[in-house]
Amino acid sequence: MNALSAPRKWERFLWPVVASALFLVMWDYAVVHTATKVFPSPLMVEQGIAELSRKGVLWAYIGDSLRRVALGFGAAVAVGVPIGLTLGWYPAVNQVVNPVLQMLRPISPIAWIPVAILLFGVGDGTAVFLIFLAAVFPIVVACISGVATVPAIYRRAGRNFGLSAPQLLLRVVFPAALPQIIVGLRLALGIAWLVVVAAEMIAVDSGLGYLVIDARNSGKRYDLVVAAMLMIGLIGLVLDLGFRSLRKIRSVRWGFRDES
Amino acid sequence: MALAESITTRAGTKLSAQHVQMAFSRDGKTTPVLNDVNLQVAKGEFLCIVGPSGCGKSTLLSAIGGFLSPTGGEIRIDGEVVSGPDPRRIFVFQERGVFPWLTVEGNIEFGLFKLAQRERRARVAHYIEMVGLRGFEKAYPSELSGGMKQRLEVARALAVNPDMLLLDEPFGALDSITRLIMRGELLGIWREERNTVIFVTHDIDEAVQLADRVAVMSGRPAGIQQTIDIDIAHPRDISAPRYLELRNGILEQLGIAHHV
Ligand SMILES: Nc1ncnc2c1ncn2[C@@H]1O[C@H](COP(=O)(O)OP(=O)(O)OP(=O)(O)O)[C@@H](O)[C@H]1O
Ligand SMILES: [Mg+2]
Repeated sequence: MNALSAPRKWERFLWPVVASALFLVMWDYAVVHTATKVFPSPLMVEQGIAELSRKGVLWAYIGDSLRRVALGFGAAVAVGVPIGLTLGWYPAVNQVVNPVLQMLRPISPIAWIPVAILLFGVGDGTAVFLIFLAAVFPIVVACISGVATVPAIYRRAGRNFGLSAPQLLLRVVFPAALPQIIVGLRLALGIAWLVVVAAEMIAVDSGLGYLVIDARNSGKRYDLVVAAMLMIGLIGLVLDLGFRSLRKIRSVRWGFRDES
Repeated sequence: MALAESITTRAGTKLSAQHVQMAFSRDGKTTPVLNDVNLQVAKGEFLCIVGPSGCGKSTLLSAIGGFLSPTGGEIRIDGEVVSGPDPRRIFVFQERGVFPWLTVEGNIEFGLFKLAQRERRARVAHYIEMVGLRGFEKAYPSELSGGMKQRLEVARALAVNPDMLLLDEPFGALDSITRLIMRGELLGIWREERNTVIFVTHDIDEAVQLADRVAVMSGRPAGIQQTIDIDIAHPRDISAPRYLELRNGILEQLGIAHHV
């Protein structure tokens, strides 16, 4: 095998599995070696996951977290994409709105918690709102820069074939910007998944974030804390992989250098 | 007799540019690019424009296409002043103008949105056949060679049945063998479709091989220095004395000696 030949299929699975196994072994060794009483070993975490699953909270909590992310992220896409496309399309409007956008963007969603609770009370609304806020800015920004970098030659060709402005936006500018928009959506989903955990620690009493804080508060069950952390990591990974596979869609593959 | 002839040529005029001026202003400085361009092109004529690099060939072609409006004078097509891009005259770029998010079929179909489904299918099939892309209907541009992309762009232009094709160094990015083949194909298509073709090129040989008439532009600010009738029947023998005579005449017009 040389550096240029594509890794074979089994190799692409084998090495990550080996690395994960190695990580578990090191983790177990560290726990045994330090004889810690608080931090759980992988086996205890596995039993913790089994316990949660038996009690039925595991799947319910995963479902709650995913539902909140779906709502918040979905709303962010529904609002952010049209706004971003419009701002990219009308640079004059963008110049007016951009300072406000750039000022709001660096505010951590966590800082919005008091305002969110004021607006939506303690409950699902607040969590969804925080996720929305976290996801909407990267989406808007990705759409603006996606539209702004569409080569003039494509717009020109579109106009040449007699497209009206809305048709041009829909049939030329949007598909040309789509690869960049997808990159922005993926980023936004990653952030949404980070924020749901924080939001659930404060605003609600279900979900994986709540599980982390609840397991600690009610009896210092660190096996369950780490179990929840592990689930958060795994689900985040699955979401990201799912999103990554979007770039295999043929009408966007051209925009990702490594895929075409 | 002479009178009758001049009337028919006037009736057959496709394009007439009169005293066209074009100046670009940047940083408060105005650079004149086109200075008093006068040009008549007959219906169905194949006109090549040659001239030194940077003299304003692309600028003139863009103005004819309606993408730029001249700062002085006027351009009329079929007697109407050009006021914007129009599907009746399609601008063909170097192959970079094809849409990477659409298949070969999708690209050719792009300008046909006003037609009924059946007519659309028929046209797409016809032009795929004409430019020799059969078997590549479902391929994406990233899977095509440079020459194939160029053919695709020509097919996309022809599919809307334009009465004028504006080509800006369409074969400039191709290797010399492909370029020769594409010239032959373009001539074949032109003979079949009889559109008016305005073809900008750097390549004097290309101009003399293709054109009915060659317009030579002067250095910036540019006008049409001279137009030369290429009175050789197709297929042209590129070693015939008359061919060499015309070619050398153009080289002399451009002030380039034929000894390197
Ligand atoms: N949008 C613009 N703004 C300012 N100057 C421009 C613009 N477009 C073209 N020019 C200038 O006009 C001149 C002519 O450009 P043009 O592209 O028409 O030349 P060309 O004859 O097509 O050159 P080439 O053979 O290299 O393609 C150049 O000097 C260029 O710098
Ligand atoms: Mg040019």
